[in-house]
Amino acid sequence: MQRTLSVIRALGLMLMVFSVSYLLPLATSWINHDGTLIEFLLAMVWTASIGFVMWLLTRRYRSELSVRHGYLLVVTMWAAMPAFATLPLLLAIKGLSFTGAYFETMSGLTTTGGTVLTGLDDLPPAINIWRHELNWLGGMGIIVLAVAILPLLGVGGRQLFKAETPGPMKDAALAPRITETARNLWLVYLAITIACIASLKTVGMSWLDAICHAFATMGLGGFSTHDANIAYFNSPAIEFVLIVFMLLAAMNFATHFLVWREKSLKLYLQDAEAVATVALVLASCLGIAVFLWWQGTYPTFWTSLRYASFNLVSMATDCGFSSADFNRWPIFAPMWMLFLSCITVSAGSTGGGIKMVRTLVLFKQAGREFLKLLHPAAVNPMKIGGSVVPNNIVFAVLGFIFLYFMTVATLTFALLISGLDFISAFSAVIACINNAGPGLGVVGPTSNYGVLSDFQIWICTIAMLVGRLEIFTVLILFTPHFWRR
Amino acid sequence: MKILILGAGQVGSSVAESLVSEANDITVVDSDGEKLRQLQDRLDLRTLVGNAAHPSVLEQAGIADTDMLLAVTQSDEVNMVACKLAASLYNTPTRIARIRSADFLARQEVFSKENFCVDFSICPEQILTDYIVKLIEFPEALQVLKFSQDKASLVAVRAFQGGPLVGKPLSYLRTHMPQVETRVAAIFRKNGPLIPEGSTVIEEGDEIFFIAATDSIRSVLKEMRRMDKPARRVMIVGGGNIGRRLAKALERDYEVKLIEYNKNACKKLAGELTRTLVLNGDGTDERLLQEEHVGDVDVFCALTNDDENNIMSALLAKQGGAGKVIALINRSAYVDLLQGGNIDIALSPAQVTIGSLLAYVRMGDVVAVHSLRRGAAEVLELVAHGDRQSSRVVGRRIDEIDLPKGATIGALVRGDDVIMGHHDAVIEAEDHVIVFVINKAMVRKVEKLFQVNVGFF
Repeated sequence: MQRTLSVIRALGLMLMVFSVSYLLPLATSWINHDGTLIEFLLAMVWTASIGFVMWLLTRRYRSELSVRHGYLLVVTMWAAMPAFATLPLLLAIKGLSFTGAYFETMSGLTTTGGTVLTGLDDLPPAINIWRHELNWLGGMGIIVLAVAILPLLGVGGRQLFKAETPGPMKDAALAPRITETARNLWLVYLAITIACIASLKTVGMSWLDAICHAFATMGLGGFSTHDANIAYFNSPAIEFVLIVFMLLAAMNFATHFLVWREKSLKLYLQDAEAVATVALVLASCLGIAVFLWWQGTYPTFWTSLRYASFNLVSMATDCGFSSADFNRWPIFAPMWMLFLSCITVSAGSTGGGIKMVRTLVLFKQAGREFLKLLHPAAVNPMKIGGSVVPNNIVFAVLGFIFLYFMTVATLTFALLISGLDFISAFSAVIACINNAGPGLGVVGPTSNYGVLSDFQIWICTIAMLVGRLEIFTVLILFTPHFWRR
Repeated sequence: MKILILGAGQVGSSVAESLVSEANDITVVDSDGEKLRQLQDRLDLRTLVGNAAHPSVLEQAGIADTDMLLAVTQSDEVNMVACKLAASLYNTPTRIARIRSADFLARQEVFSKENFCVDFSICPEQILTDYIVKLIEFPEALQVLKFSQDKASLVAVRAFQGGPLVGKPLSYLRTHMPQVETRVAAIFRKNGPLIPEGSTVIEEGDEIFFIAATDSIRSVLKEMRRMDKPARRVMIVGGGNIGRRLAKALERDYEVKLIEYNKNACKKLAGELTRTLVLNGDGTDERLLQEEHVGDVDVFCALTNDDENNIMSALLAKQGGAGKVIALINRSAYVDLLQGGNIDIALSPAQVTIGSLLAYVRMGDVVAVHSLRRGAAEVLELVAHGDRQSSRVVGRRIDEIDLPKGATIGALVRGDDVIMGHHDAVIEAEDHVIVFVINKAMVRKVEKLFQVNVGFF
């Protein structure tokens, strides 16, 4: 009981901190006089008060949280924050149901980027800033922020990091203490975001667009201020800048930090994931470009390369921007892009999917099996980036892959039962569980998720949450073991 | 000379064996009384049981009047401490320590006078590894020795039927192949060693030792015999200190398979090595060897701690079709037993190490001493000092020098040049002279020859 109350206390603190994030849209609203000032003010006060009351009632319960409660805390936070974030949307947008709003904010915080809204171009600037800020904050995981701030308020951090940080190798410490690690990562994230904003402004976006799209890029979210997404700009320069920053965000931020600290670009080459990610993406871009050109989708190779690269990088990094209607491309291309969205980004980045480190483990394990057949006496530990990966991690990865597969299958069946066609159902689940964004079929890049029924939208919302928290974290709450003492 | 040896392991006991025959006072210290007893039974020396780093033990062993301390225990740290104590408390003139750890070796300051006072650090495992790497580099070679910081090399090859030299006298070399800058230092024929003369005719099966500049070795080998294809596949049995270093040194350029019996050691090895295939099994298991295609192996190295296992696996490998087999053999009796048999090269770790070690024991400007295979000869590298007045060698042609019978000058290293020891070559001051002698007893005489008169200083 005591521990559960501590969870509530932590939640309360989180909400109070979260309410601070309303300041940005408030400022935007004031500067632009877009008439949403009251709505945001209300939302901020409401969130802060609820948080305060929760904290007030439970402030005596300061026990250190166990791992079990860490999971509970993470899932509750990721379910609760989008709920509170829906307020401005519900207040400011006519005709938006809670289902829709919750999907939107969940999509923002999980950095998926699928939207139920239309008429994005006409939305008040503060609303757009709010949507994109959710992308940005979700990116680093509000948890990491909290790990840096909350210890000051008396809530231990390690259990949260274990629950939240993606990937199997969570112990590669950058600094002796977890708060320092979190702070370092957050600073790198901030620095690259600023660089992105500056670059986008330079290639021709307005300040609002530059800030919003930089937020969406760094979080690998994929929200845009325009219905047509990046196709609106029709600018190869903007597309190029976005490709560069999407790839940066798809790499482990710990590597970025190390490169900055040691002042050596060579460290990128030593990061096995980064090398694999970039190599896979580049090869695919070329391959798909040639394919589309050959199929006649685009008249010249260079046009084909432009559109293929941008959309492929966007999907592979689980960002979700689009500059063309790839729903209309020969099916091989978008299917390959969806496949890449499952396996490409590095652990420690802001993307989703199973993460490149697990992909590497799977491929290497297959290689080990082959070697074992040829050389039964061989002793061949798995090595990634020169260090040995113990067998228990390999097992954990295999377990994860099974759960991932079963979750995709279950959710797809759920959508099929509700009457959705196969391509839309399958691609929607994949796109949501990988936090990519647009799928195919009725939820393609030129469409949006608003066309789905409420039930279908909730399925997608669940997919986004489960994907972002890496399956185990959410599903463990449903096992009997969890609730037994 | 009074020598104190700490540690009666492989290196310690074989060095003791080597030195005791040269009228030195040897004392050996070890913590294992049994090992010392075995040593004392065989050799004329003094032994003492105790911890080699303890001052009381050192004093009892007579460190006060020791000329040279040889710290070759199993522990780097004990060796270093003993050297430090010897220097600070007892002023021992020469202190040599065996250091295995690459970490220490990378920081030479550790051995300086301010720190651990080690005059000369040796790593026998590393010396052995380097030696085997050289043997693999020249697949046709039976022994390779380096001189003068690797400027000159001495290589031993076996003359085969139909080779360019078989049936010809040695003088044929200089007249018929003048572009080949080499000199035959010694020949070992079935019965024993020969001192090569211009008229000596080479027979099939002779082992020829010749000396040349290191850069020319490849071309000389090409002339001397049909060049074997370069080695590509290497199989190593034994993942201990030597096996592991060897695999690491070779894995980039060769396909290496390493067989090790201990499972945990295998895991560690697999973690450290990148391109080596580590196999857990018994090197004497012929089924394992067959499974791993020992017949396709170019060089097979049996490097475990156990002589018998090494011999067995080497013989099995040879029978299974391996190219060249090398076995690590500690007992000198076994080495003699196996020469000329199926095992191509029987390596004695002590022999390989002792060469450079012994140079410190000798007087004068002896830089290195090595033994050729099968006792064919001894090779010395000495520096010639002085001038025509004070020295009996400087400023003279080789055929003018009063060399004792059974000694020949093989080559001179002057700066970066290697000059063959033909009869008309002139020795200059500071030349490194490579001399071959037919047996150890001659070594002293040659040393004396090179000593300068007192008046030089």
